[in-house]
Amino acid sequence: MEGRAAIEVTGLTKSYGDVRALAGIDLRADAGTILGLLGPNGAGKTTAVRVLTTLLPPDAGTARVAGLDVVDDAAELRARIGLAGQYAAVDENLTGHENLVMVGRLYHLGRAESSRRAGELLEVFDLSDAGKRIVKTYSGGMRRRLDLAAALVARPPVLFLDEPTTGLDPRSRIGLWETIEDRVAEGTTVLLTTQYLDEADRLADRIAVIDHGLVIAEGSSDELKGQVGGERIEVRLEDRAQLDEAVAALEMICQEPPVAEDGVIRVAISEHSGAIAAAVRRLDDARVAIDDIAIRRPTLDDVFLTLTGRPPEHENGDQPVEPESAEHEVVR
Amino acid sequence: MSRLRYVLSDTLVIAERNLMRIPRQPDLLTAFTIQPIMFLLLFVYVFGGAIETPGFDDYTDFLVPGIIVQSMAFGGFVTALGLAEDLGKGLIDRFRSLPMARSAVLAGRTAADIATNALALTVMIVAGLIVGFNFSSSPPEVVAGLGLMLLIGYAFSWVFAWIGLIVSSPESANAFGFIAIFPLTFASSAFVPPETMPEWLQWFATDVNPFSTMVDAARALFVDQPAGNDVWGALAWCLGLIAVFSVLAVRRYRQVALGG
Repeated sequence: MEGRAAIEVTGLTKSYGDVRALAGIDLRADAGTILGLLGPNGAGKTTAVRVLTTLLPPDAGTARVAGLDVVDDAAELRARIGLAGQYAAVDENLTGHENLVMVGRLYHLGRAESSRRAGELLEVFDLSDAGKRIVKTYSGGMRRRLDLAAALVARPPVLFLDEPTTGLDPRSRIGLWETIEDRVAEGTTVLLTTQYLDEADRLADRIAVIDHGLVIAEGSSDELKGQVGGERIEVRLEDRAQLDEAVAALEMICQEPPVAEDGVIRVAISEHSGAIAAAVRRLDDARVAIDDIAIRRPTLDDVFLTLTGRPPEHENGDQPVEPESAEHEVVR
Repeated sequence: MSRLRYVLSDTLVIAERNLMRIPRQPDLLTAFTIQPIMFLLLFVYVFGGAIETPGFDDYTDFLVPGIIVQSMAFGGFVTALGLAEDLGKGLIDRFRSLPMARSAVLAGRTAADIATNALALTVMIVAGLIVGFNFSSSPPEVVAGLGLMLLIGYAFSWVFAWIGLIVSSPESANAFGFIAIFPLTFASSAFVPPETMPEWLQWFATDVNPFSTMVDAARALFVDQPAGNDVWGALAWCLGLIAVFSVLAVRRYRQVALGG
């Protein structure tokens, strides 16, 4: 479906000194959709958001948001975007209500309208009672919600969320996801960066995988999964000693040779229907005992691993070793 | 026209925000009210008896203008702490993503300092009068003196705005203020007559240190000391500091906001 583009990025580059944060990226998000920017730490996600929200001028390339150029129309554009960052950027010494009123007045909504809007948002974000308290007393999840509320004060048509759920507990994450989905249902366009695959999978209509400042894959979640291969059957054997027999039996139902690993055999299949029955029949004929057999679809984890050559980071936040530093170690 | 209105209203919003924060940070409130009073009491009652101040009715008359200048100069310290904190917490990014006037973040900060400095000035004068200070100049001179005090505070707000933007955290802003600037206020004519200092320090305190010029100007306007060129000198220093450090701070603000 081709809609009106709310975000259109062509050949965007940005370097900090010698470090190329963006090496020429193209992005597009239709109005009323969520574009997910997926990538490891340091891939360039935050730099992209900073350029698109006018915080950082690009070195080259063009970027239009809500029909406005991020460089030439920056001042006008700022009235039409909302930004919520990975650090909940709210004033700790103000109450929730005062924070939202301040932001509203800086969007030039006027004092009365800002106050009305603040009350409305606090209600939506389940912060009505907390709204009178100083933000210092808030939990991490409450701060994130307030930060997101601040981004929504002026009802901006385009919303930028830089890792909105990093560091949140699962319940708060799901709550925040639902809020984001509600906004999009009302027509807001969202650009969301994340290092969590399930988040991109759940929220994003389109996903751009970025690494080392380049978009290395782009598509819907299903399209990306399709890129790393289709469905496969996974068979777990009761007795590992029968591995060779099982592989031999399964070879006949597929084009590519089966892969055996840790007592699990993976067979790529092209046709979904009847595949399991055929596999079971073959294995039964070969008298191979099966512990478990199932059809598996690739996950975004597989996509990530295939595309970047390394597994995604996980929720404990440990960072992958930078390839550069690994090389330095070898060279010493 | 509407642009100018936004500059003013945005500055006001930021100033309001900074003032609202003050009562909720009791440690800051203490810093610019209780601390100068402690200094005042310490110097009047502990050191005062041992310090000779020829030409003044008593040490209190010598000291109070000096302590007021010191507390004005440090009033802007809130700005250094606040800006360093805002940068670290990402609030500056939020402000920069809003359709607000670019200048409002710094202008609002320093404007809020004028209000807190006025409070500190009131506290200091009341405390001074209680321990025996007397205005011995004419009322217009006193009013001019109060105005000059606030201008001194405003000038140092810009110095501290720049410091807040070049250091990496509120802690280093603190260190910078108390290691680099606090001693300067002592190596001046604020607490003791420079004539008692060793020659090299005397030279620095009398001829170099702008604190001395400002303190001597305060004495001229509050306790009718011979002014010489000190009032004009202090005024020139203030305007010079504002001109230089507002440019430095604004430039730095652009850089940090872009660099992160």
